[in-house]
Amino acid sequence: MSATSKAPALAFVRGIFSVLVLLLVWELGARSKHWMAGDLFAPLRGLLALLGFKPGYLPCLGAAPAPSGVVRSWVAILGESSYWQSWAKSFLRVMGGFLAAMLVGIPFGLSLAVSRVAFGVAFPVFEVLRPIPPLAWVPAAIIFWPTQELSISFVTFLGAFYTIVINVVGGARSIDVRYFQAARSMGSSRWDLFRRIILPGTLPSIVVGAVVGMGITWEVVVAAEMISGGGSQVGGTGGGGLGFFIWNSYVGGSYEQIVVGMISIGIAGFVSSELLRLLGRRLTPWLARR
Amino acid sequence: MTLAPTPAETVQRGAAWSGLPAGRVTPSAQPAPLAARGAIRIEQVVKVYEGRGGPVTAVDGCSLDIAAGEIFMVVGPSGCGKTTLLNAIAGFHGISGGRITLDGQVLCDSARPQAPRGSDRVVVFQNGALFPWRTNLENAIFGPVMQRTLSKRDAEEKAMAMMADAGLAGVEHSYPAEVSSGVRRRVEIVRALMNDPKVLLLDEPYRALDALTKSVMHEALLRIYDKNPVTIFFITHDLEEALFLGHKVAVMTTRPCRPKTILTVDIPHPRDYGVLTSRRFRELIRETSAAVHEEALKAFQRGEREG
Repeated sequence: MSATSKAPALAFVRGIFSVLVLLLVWELGARSKHWMAGDLFAPLRGLLALLGFKPGYLPCLGAAPAPSGVVRSWVAILGESSYWQSWAKSFLRVMGGFLAAMLVGIPFGLSLAVSRVAFGVAFPVFEVLRPIPPLAWVPAAIIFWPTQELSISFVTFLGAFYTIVINVVGGARSIDVRYFQAARSMGSSRWDLFRRIILPGTLPSIVVGAVVGMGITWEVVVAAEMISGGGSQVGGTGGGGLGFFIWNSYVGGSYEQIVVGMISIGIAGFVSSELLRLLGRRLTPWLARR
Repeated sequence: MTLAPTPAETVQRGAAWSGLPAGRVTPSAQPAPLAARGAIRIEQVVKVYEGRGGPVTAVDGCSLDIAAGEIFMVVGPSGCGKTTLLNAIAGFHGISGGRITLDGQVLCDSARPQAPRGSDRVVVFQNGALFPWRTNLENAIFGPVMQRTLSKRDAEEKAMAMMADAGLAGVEHSYPAEVSSGVRRRVEIVRALMNDPKVLLLDEPYRALDALTKSVMHEALLRIYDKNPVTIFFITHDLEEALFLGHKVAVMTTRPCRPKTILTVDIPHPRDYGVLTSRRFRELIRETSAAVHEEALKAFQRGEREG
């Protein structure tokens, strides 16, 4: 076996190893309440008390639910439809906000890039609104939109929108002027320039913007769901989602489920970003094969 | 001032080179140009642009006569204003005075300072401008498909044949980033020729290539030229390259740019790399290098002053 084909396998083994170590440390830390009770650890307890921590267990980890408990509680809710409904709700909101951000952001960004007039008119407003964190929009969004669902989607939309627009504008503007000169001298019309040069030239930046935007969308949706609260339990259409799942677990005192919710969001974010990257590689084959 | 004849013009063959190929007098040492079109006349062209410290005269009273189908090499130190001349022919920017004609038709003059951009004059750039998002073949068919002169299928067929001639078989479906810079440059020349241009404008296309690749590229260009004779306006700062490739070599003065000497290279085409070691070639190098060196020195000293 050659060194090049060995490398990925080795990297995989290392990755597994680091995850196992993390789980082990976590498990031991979470059980510190039990093993620190002995006299052997009296000095450690004294030190923790001196530092202002609770002396009975290790800080942070000792208060966390153990991974074994998390897995147990996860397995228990895997069959419950409400857990999967939380997934579905968050997913739909993310997709709704994200797709809207793509549909509005890409044409908007392109028009800013190609038209000096559009740029002059719209960019200052855009730049003033951009620094406002999407979560600061939550109260306003609730007032703006008739349903809670739309409010949450709007906030997730904002999360992805700015990133996508900035990437599209930056990408389109950094296209080498020689490509335009070459295309022009080979008889391209303005529309050809747009379709054959600007669009493909911006595509890599669009993909990057989409992947980053997707990440932000997940961050935003969870926070928005925590703020907007539940509603699914009483048969309403609003509320729910993984963010609310976490919040509800916290309120209900089920610490294992908090972690289940956190990991679920991690998986959801990872899967959607990977899917986008995969799609992006398909759309920009000239970069993948470099 | 701009109308004063320069010594270079007396070296040029003047009126004998203008007009249509049929009535042209051909110097005995040189085979008759193969192309029936693509004669460029540059008449007393002036280009002044606004620099940071006031107006800069990049080109002044520059006249050149390029016969149809000729490989015309323009040699001068970097920054002497030769690219300005190429950009004026291509229509990338305007001129401040004078006139440029192509086959007797005015491209630009004082009434219309900027030439229209057209596929009859295609530029191959210094650093290459192949579209990275298109495969080499897709790049090659860009022009005719844009202009709708060929269907996509016919264009592909023609491009495949041209690429095979240029030693590019096998890289058609690769992206430019996947092939060497020498291959990229050849693809770009094929892409330019696919437009069936009258004039190929080459702006130091081999500058970034290493010496070995360069020598291979020179022969490849001459092979491509033999199959597709067009007028070639080739800018370089490499005298050896100029004398090896060109029918004619114009050594330019440095800013303002105008011809210092114009020399006919009386080594018959097709040439191969054996020419480089021939006695005549060495003689020509000796004759011209003093002029080139003098201008390079001027450019260098001016750079010292301005720097």
